[in-house]
Amino acid sequence: MADATVTLEVQRYRPEREDEPVWERFEVPARREWMVLDALNHVKDRLDGSLTFRWSCRMGVCGSCGMTVDGEPKLTCATPLAARGDGRPVRVEPLRGFPVIRDLVVEIRSFLGKLKRTRPWLIRDDDVPLAAGEHLQTPAELADYKQYSMCINCLLCYSACPIHHLEPDFAGPAALALAQRYNLDSRDRGAAERMEELSRHSGIWGCTFVGECSEVCPKGVDPAGAIQRYKLAAAADWFQSILLPWSGQARAKRREVAR
Amino acid sequence: MSRRRFHPRWFRRRTPIFWWLEKGVYVHFIVRELTSLAVAYAAALLVVQVAVLGAGAEAHARFAALLASPWAVGWHALVLVGLLYHTLTWLHLAPKALVVKLGGHRVPDAAILAGHYLGWLAATALVALVLVRS
Repeated sequence: MADATVTLEVQRYRPEREDEPVWERFEVPARREWMVLDALNHVKDRLDGSLTFRWSCRMGVCGSCGMTVDGEPKLTCATPLAARGDGRPVRVEPLRGFPVIRDLVVEIRSFLGKLKRTRPWLIRDDDVPLAAGEHLQTPAELADYKQYSMCINCLLCYSACPIHHLEPDFAGPAALALAQRYNLDSRDRGAAERMEELSRHSGIWGCTFVGECSEVCPKGVDPAGAIQRYKLAAAADWFQSILLPWSGQARAKRREVAR
Repeated sequence: MSRRRFHPRWFRRRTPIFWWLEKGVYVHFIVRELTSLAVAYAAALLVVQVAVLGAGAEAHARFAALLASPWAVGWHALVLVGLLYHTLTWLHLAPKALVVKLGGHRVPDAAILAGHYLGWLAATALVALVLVRS
């Protein structure tokens, strides 16, 4: 008796051959322990070495293997191949909302630029020597930002975000959540510096709170929540600068903007 | 060998105009956004009512008669459905944006949601009280 197989429908795009993507079918072994990424690697190793896709760690840490599986953005290394068990083909496409370079590989330079502009690193206004020791944090201070630090930049949230598809300038969920990760870190002093970039229309105000970014995140990060929290903070800052223009925070903000 | 073979040519998919029909979540989102028009309409109607009230009892009686017509009642029943949908979805999103800490602990989302419902009930009761007494 022949081994059971699963039909894998993969979207192919070879710019030297096709003007637009086409579907190609492959029969792969229906191994219970296989993830979709294992099936793709089987295709590449045994059936068609030209199939192109990104992957690295195979354990949901590197964020390289994000693709659209059966219409949903997924990490293919964490999506079981035969879980559905209804005999229908498993459809694999590139992440939506990004230009496709080849087969399942998308162009992500636009995201990297947005990420850099939100300054996702610790910013300090002092120069503390190493000899001064660690910057200590309480468990509560760690809890404030920890969930946002779990982001692996897999871009599933961008693929799920219709605003990112419609407005390419929108900074997007991961970049904004990572900016919040540093804003909420008790060691950071860069909130005012990030404010200018984040409070643009293409920043937090571009988000209309569809909320799907948080639903598809494989690491349990809540970018939608981070953005809404930042909207509240930005609005409060604005009111404070109008009502209490002499307050320390408002003065610091104006200094930052003037710089 | 053609020059095209080595030229990077990315494929960009156009977002279809009915993208929001692809998923129930997107439909829910679009309906929520559209029902904000009901909120804007209700606010504008209130302003108009106040202006008409300022124009005298006769003008207000004419306006009230207009609002009592069957088509106006039907229309405002639809507006009410939109208002309720928008209000309920808005209330359920509020805990995402609000992080409240009491005694060093984060107040659970359910408590924040309950607080919003209580506030809504209190405001409704207040308006009802004013209407009943007037």
